[in-house]
Parts: sequence; C-alpha cells; structure tokens
Amino acid sequence: MSMLEVENLTVRAGGVTIVEDVCLSLEPGDWLTLVGPNGAGKSTIINAISQCVPYTGRIKFEGRDIRRFKPAQLARRLGVLAQGNAVGYAFTAEEIVRLGRYAYNASLFSSGSDEDDEFVERALELTGMAAQRGQSALTLSGGELQRTFLAQVFAQNPNVLLLDEPTNHLDLMYQKQIFEMIEGWLREPQRAVLSVIHDLSLARAYGTKAILLDRGRIKSAGDMRYVFAPDNLNGVYAMNVYEWMRAVSNQWRE
Amino acid sequence: MRSNEGYRAVHYIMFSIAALTVMVLCVCVGSVNIPVRSTLLVVRNALLNREIPEGMSKSIILSVRLPRVLSVALVGASLSLCGGAMQGLLRNPLADGSTLGVSSGASLGAVIAIALGVKIPGFPFADTMGMAMLFAFGSLVAILSLSYRLDSSLATNTIILVGVIFSMFVNALMSLIITFSSENIKAITFWTMGSLTGSTYSNVITLLVAMALCGAVLICRARELNAFAVGEDNARHVGVNVRRVKLIVMIAVSALIGVCVSIGGTIGFVGLVTPHMTRMLAGPNHRRLLPASMFMGAIFLMLADLVARVALNPLELPIGVVTSLIGAVAFIIIFRGSRRTI
Repeated sequence: MSMLEVENLTVRAGGVTIVEDVCLSLEPGDWLTLVGPNGAGKSTIINAISQCVPYTGRIKFEGRDIRRFKPAQLARRLGVLAQGNAVGYAFTAEEIVRLGRYAYNASLFSSGSDEDDEFVERALELTGMAAQRGQSALTLSGGELQRTFLAQVFAQNPNVLLLDEPTNHLDLMYQKQIFEMIEGWLREPQRAVLSVIHDLSLARAYGTKAILLDRGRIKSAGDMRYVFAPDNLNGVYAMNVYEWMRAVSNQWRE
Repeated sequence: MRSNEGYRAVHYIMFSIAALTVMVLCVCVGSVNIPVRSTLLVVRNALLNREIPEGMSKSIILSVRLPRVLSVALVGASLSLCGGAMQGLLRNPLADGSTLGVSSGASLGAVIAIALGVKIPGFPFADTMGMAMLFAFGSLVAILSLSYRLDSSLATNTIILVGVIFSMFVNALMSLIITFSSENIKAITFWTMGSLTGSTYSNVITLLVAMALCGAVLICRARELNAFAVGEDNARHVGVNVRRVKLIVMIAVSALIGVCVSIGGTIGFVGLVTPHMTRMLAGPNHRRLLPASMFMGAIFLMLADLVARVALNPLELPIGVVTSLIGAVAFIIIFRGSRRTI
C-alpha cells in the first residue's frame, strides 16, 4: 500500500490555477523530490498535503482520505517542514522543538513524559542544536532556525516527511549533515520522504524518484534518470541545464 | 509541554502577596485615608461575621471601596488574560481582547440601553449590563459568521480585518445614537470612558464566575496558544486542531470581554500593555504568561483606579482615561526596550 497517494490535485487561489491535476504516490523507502522552476507549484503541493491550503482532488494517507485523520493523529505520522519559518516571540529553541511532541499528549491536562524528553533530546542532538537549546528564536540565525524546525519534525517521530527546501539557509556542513541524516532515517522500514529541492544537483544525488513540474502541471515523473533527461529539463527551465551544470561544476576540478 | 514549564506554588504565593498588598493599599487610600490596621480589622470581622467597632469607616470600606477594588482587580485580570491569549492566538503583539470587535459591540448595546432606555424583558440584568452582554455575544456571532463567509478557513488576517471593520461600523452607529440623544450624553460618555464606580458585590460575583470559567478554558489551551504564537501553520503541523482551538479561544475571550465591558465600560490598553510587561518577566510561554498576566493586569488596573480616584481629588477621573494615558506611554517605552526580546 502506498504511504501517500495524491490524485488529481488542483489548487486555485484568487482565480489563478497554481497546481493542476497532479498525481503522485509515495511508497516505503521512497525519497521523491519535486523539482521545477520558481512558481511551478512545488511548495503548494506540500501545503495542500499538509492541509494548509484548500484543494480539490484526493489525498490518501495510509489508504485513508487525509481529511479523515484527526490533526494530532496525522501529526504522529506526517512531519512537515515548511518554508520560511519565522517566530514572532522569544520562544527558546527547545520550546519550539518540544512543540513537536504535542501530538503525543494533546489531551488538556497532559504534561509530557520521559519519552518526550528523549525524543526532544535526540532531535536537538541530531540537528546540532543542543548547545543553543536555551537561545531565543529571535536571535537564532536563519540556518539555526531551520535546524530548530527540522528538530521539531524529528521530535514528532513521523513515518513520512514533507520537506520544503530542508537545507534552505544552511551552510555546506549542515547541508551535507542533514541530507545524510535524512538518508539514514529513510533506511528504517515504512518510511518515506517527499521534498522540494531547488538545487538540482542535490535533488539528483539524494532522491530516488522525481517529479518535474512546469507551471503547476507535471512535466515528467518517474525515476531520476528519466526525469532528469536533458530534453525534459531544458524545456522546463528554458535553458541548456546540462551545459550550465557542467560549466559550474568544472570550476571545482583541480 | 512539560509541567515544569509552568509556575510552581511559590510563584503563585508571591504573585498573590503582591496583588493583596496593592489591594489593601487601594482600599486604604482615597478621598478619606483609612489606616491599614482598621481596614484589615473591618474586613476580618466582616468575613468572620463578627461585630465591627464604631468609627471604623465600615461603610466606606465594605460598601464602597472593597467591592470596587475587587471588581477592578477582576476586570484587570480578565482583560489582561484576554489580551495575552489573543496576542498568542493571532501571533500579533498589537492584538488584545478588543481586536475582535466584541468590546465595541458590547458598548453599542450599553449605549442603546442608556440612550433609548431599552430593556430586555425577563432578562436577569435587564438594563445596561444585560444589553452589553447580549450585544457582545451578538457581535461575536456576527464577526465569526462574516469571517466564515469571506474565508471558510477562518484565517487570522480575515478575522482581524473583519473585527476592525466591525468596530468602525459599530462606533459610527454609536456616534449616530449619541447625536440624537443629547440629554443622555454625559452618562454615555462616562460609560464609554470606563468606570467601576459604584461596583457591587453582585458585580464581583459575576466577574469572578466569568473569569473562573473563561480563564480555565484559556489556561487549559496554553500549549495550543504556544503553537499558535510560533505560527499558525506550525500549529497545524504539530497536530493542533487549529479551527477548533481558534473558535474556543475566541468564544472564551469574547464572553469574558463582554462581561467586563458590561460592568466596567470600555477600559483601554490594559489588555494590550500588561501582557507585554508580563512577557518581559515571564517569557512568551503561555503556561507562565497567562497566569502571570492575570496578576499583573489586576495590579495594573487597581493602581490605575487609585490614580483615577486620588489624582484630582475630589474630582474622579474615568479609569479608561487613566489606563490609556499611562498605557500609551508605557507601551512606547516597553516596545522600544523590548523589540528584540518579546
């Protein structure tokens, strides 16, 4: 059974169709990457699946309509890292990560368990945020904030990750670390990742399947080699992608 | 979040001592100053149902100042609690209980009652207070239905916008009524500026019940408010039932604001300023912020009421004028100093 299945997803806002008739499915072990130029609808697909924007079509999670899940029930299975997280008040990094455990003790008088502490601790360690746990979110850098929210997602202990540009704002060391971490996380059974990755090289290096989007529609979908074929990419990006990528990476040859 | 994120008993004892000290001060000081010992003796004897000696200003303490100070403390705590909850829910430090437009609605009800002498047959408080409560509830229903019609997801921005527009519309209606009701203009103006003069023990009980019920609802939602304060989408991602919690918080805030406005009129700035001051002391976590805001709100409003009573003695100022004057200046100072820390 697919972990996540999207059928004929269409998102409209203000009379404009942002995503049209998108279908995808996520099997255990998949790292499906959504690629495409700006405005192709990548983030909107993530937002629709995470129930943040209204949509038409069907989204099934573990074989059930995703809308039938209670919010806390869904949050225990599906972790979402959105783009552009900004915090309005001076919550500490640890407080934000701890919110990731809300779904496990959502009842009115619950005050958390030792298991919650363990997950929070592990998530802070994994993302390298343990040392800054007491720091106010208002003084964290963009990369640190991104790692804080990533830690929150790991604290949720989900089976499926929806990641919108997970390495946004991150320096090279953390980019590498986070991608390797997600790759390691994915080795456990019954897990899958759907992510938006802007950087085509990273998408190609880590994804197991890809969907290339063009102005809200799927241009091609399937295994990496097929989706990343020159004809597909060149048409969507309106440039010779391979030539550009080679020219850039050649700079690194000694 | 874990229980250690909330306050411990010792904190509550300290808050209570501070609030009680201010309360005693406010009962003692006024147009006639009464010694602390006499005040405490009168209150103690009254509580224990013992005889109170002659010449102890019994009626000033028990019939005038005590119910007033208690009402003021409860209104201050309630307004501050509502402000703290709304600032978290809407993730907007400029929000307060009146952002939803409910207090304007309640004011309209009261103005209609005063100007036109409207009374609701069969309603227990069938006067200004009853009309204010009725209109507060009616406003909430109107604002939420309109917001829902415009945007079924009840997005925060839609609610704020509808609330602001609703308030403007209601204020225009009030001006219209005032224009045609010149003989009652003094009563209306005094009421819209806020006043707790002449509060009774039945007011105190009404406020206490409303605060206990709505306050419990809000404080039980502290973790959800934390998630909202981090971000509404983030709240959804971690599993908060966003629409339900939003509705519960807004209904509790509106009910409490409705009761406060119906008793004390429009008292500005308490709900805006005190949660800010409290956030500087307690941090943004609503488990600490909400209870601390209640104590701070009570203390702030009791002191403001004291200023209103004694500043131009024997003339008494409307409490809303004092809170707005102090609050506006305090807000600028706090906001300037805390832009990086709230």
